[in-house]
Amino acid sequence: MSASAEATVLITHEVGLHARPSVKFTKLAKTFAAEVEIALAANGPWFDAKSIVKVMATKAPKGTVLHIRASGDGANDAVDALVELVRRDFDEGADHVRTA
Amino acid sequence: MSEPLRLQGISASAGYAEGPLFDLDQIAIAYACKENAADEKAALETAIDVATGRLTALINLADGDAADILEFQIAMLGDDALSGPAFAAIASGQPADTAWRQALDVEIAGYETSDQEYFRARAADIRDIRDQVLRALTEDGEVQAPSGAILYGEDIAPTRFLETDWSGGGGIALKAGSTASHVAMLARSRGVPMVVGLGVVGLGNAPANLAGIALLDAEHGGIVLSPSKAEIDAFRQSSSSFSARRDRAGIFLARPAVTRTGIAVRVQVNIADPSDVDGIDIATCDGVGLMRTEFLFGKTLPDEETQYRAYRKVLEWAGEKPVTIRTVDAGGDKPVPGFTVEETNPFLGLRGIRLSLARPEVFRVQIRALLRAAVHGSLKVMFPMIAIVEEYSQAAAMFAEEQAELAARGIAHKMPPLGIMVEVPSVAIAPEAFAEAAFFSIGSNDLTQYVMAAARDNALVVHLNSVRHPAVLRLVAAVTAFGLREEIPVSLCGDAGGDPAAIPSLLEAGLRDLSVAPAQLAMAKAAIADVSIQARPA
Repeated sequence: MSASAEATVLITHEVGLHARPSVKFTKLAKTFAAEVEIALAANGPWFDAKSIVKVMATKAPKGTVLHIRASGDGANDAVDALVELVRRDFDEGADHVRTA
Repeated sequence: MSEPLRLQGISASAGYAEGPLFDLDQIAIAYACKENAADEKAALETAIDVATGRLTALINLADGDAADILEFQIAMLGDDALSGPAFAAIASGQPADTAWRQALDVEIAGYETSDQEYFRARAADIRDIRDQVLRALTEDGEVQAPSGAILYGEDIAPTRFLETDWSGGGGIALKAGSTASHVAMLARSRGVPMVVGLGVVGLGNAPANLAGIALLDAEHGGIVLSPSKAEIDAFRQSSSSFSARRDRAGIFLARPAVTRTGIAVRVQVNIADPSDVDGIDIATCDGVGLMRTEFLFGKTLPDEETQYRAYRKVLEWAGEKPVTIRTVDAGGDKPVPGFTVEETNPFLGLRGIRLSLARPEVFRVQIRALLRAAVHGSLKVMFPMIAIVEEYSQAAAMFAEEQAELAARGIAHKMPPLGIMVEVPSVAIAPEAFAEAAFFSIGSNDLTQYVMAAARDNALVVHLNSVRHPAVLRLVAAVTAFGLREEIPVSLCGDAGGDPAAIPSLLEAGLRDLSVAPAQLAMAKAAIADVSIQARPA
């Protein structure tokens, strides 16, 4: 059986979908069998969410509404998990505040 | 059969290795094109693997932001979307190096033209990836040192050391190099035999010397090329006698260090990176006599949190045993981009505490991290390169200021005892100015090089650089006697502390507290057990 899911989430991380969040994002995406894609607009273009090269190339800054869609096994879980990661600011809240 | 050739240098890490010589300096300068597209493809795949391996090895040495960048680079290298265009170009007849360069240049241009500064800055990271792979492509001979080989060359890069598999034996023999280099430290802590300063005369035009077996005696600092049968036999005897001594020393590892005459000696360890403690059983040592912090300052200035975590890790590992952390000793032979300054005579310039006081905004971050970490164990802090007492007072005052600040903000902290390194002759000659310091730690490497006016990283003057010269030992004895009189604990944390040949003289001079490289712990304790000094007159 094949499923598909789609959602949007606002990027609140200070410098956007940058290097470290991209690593986390693609690593998480790769844990799902479903095909996962991201876009900066509802009508695309869509990029492979498991490729850090493609994800970085979107250069999505803070304030971007990120579109995430998936199809195939576990599509719903994949979209939920990725939306959650972005919402949690890639788990980099206070921990990443520079003191120097 | 060619004549045996003997070269003499200095031991940087004791041990014996017998194996084929591998010439580090014979690196193809240009990329050698392959026969067909399939081989070009294979060459690029291998090069990407090699570059990935190098970056992965570096992650273990990096911390915080530096590690994050490395992880990002590794993820990029592992992404087919990055290499895809290059492999497509190879399929259509391009050589691997051109194909890779062109594909990556397109990617880099994409970042360079971004209107966001953050993404523009990533171009440098991609350029670095591009060059790492190109390097691996043009040196494909270099990556295949046979297992157990003795790596021979002008000098060796830390990455090269880290990517070599030492499980099959082998060693390092350098024409130049230094016993104080990063690689020498790594070699000692991993027990890889290493000799430096073999000289540029080297092998000359005798390629025959490169063939066959070489004998590396890194206990005495020599190497024999094209050895005779008799030499091989004698070498194997020395080698097994060394192993026997090392095994025998293993018995001493678990015991407290005591001289033959029953005098107890404290033996602590020197560490450079928080991860160093992972391989050490705390029960085998009396604490950490020196934790260097320059490693944290590798490529970027570490933030307070990164430092705090690194210090805390070591303090928690040590439990109740003391951990002496040295504030950043950059400068000299340890430059830090964006922190140290270019100087014509760096060993006599703005280094150690001088640099920290000149850059208070950087120093205060370290002070705060130390004050906060102090609650997690028995921390002591010492300042490197102290020459006059005002430097100590100024640094201590900054600790007091930051302590007040943390208290006002309600952040957990503790003021550690503040001591000094005794390594500038002015302090060793007139220690009475420093009676308020909580402890003294003699840095024998620097003290020796300043007393003998012989740089420790210069193989040409290495015969002068001896801690056992009477002038150096007299200063060690004077400082130790002063500490005893004033009830200021005195220890020694230079390389001499772990050198079995120097240990008798150091104990003779009155020292009862040494700090050594972890790999030297057992041998140092064994050497102490052989010393027959008498107790101090009461």
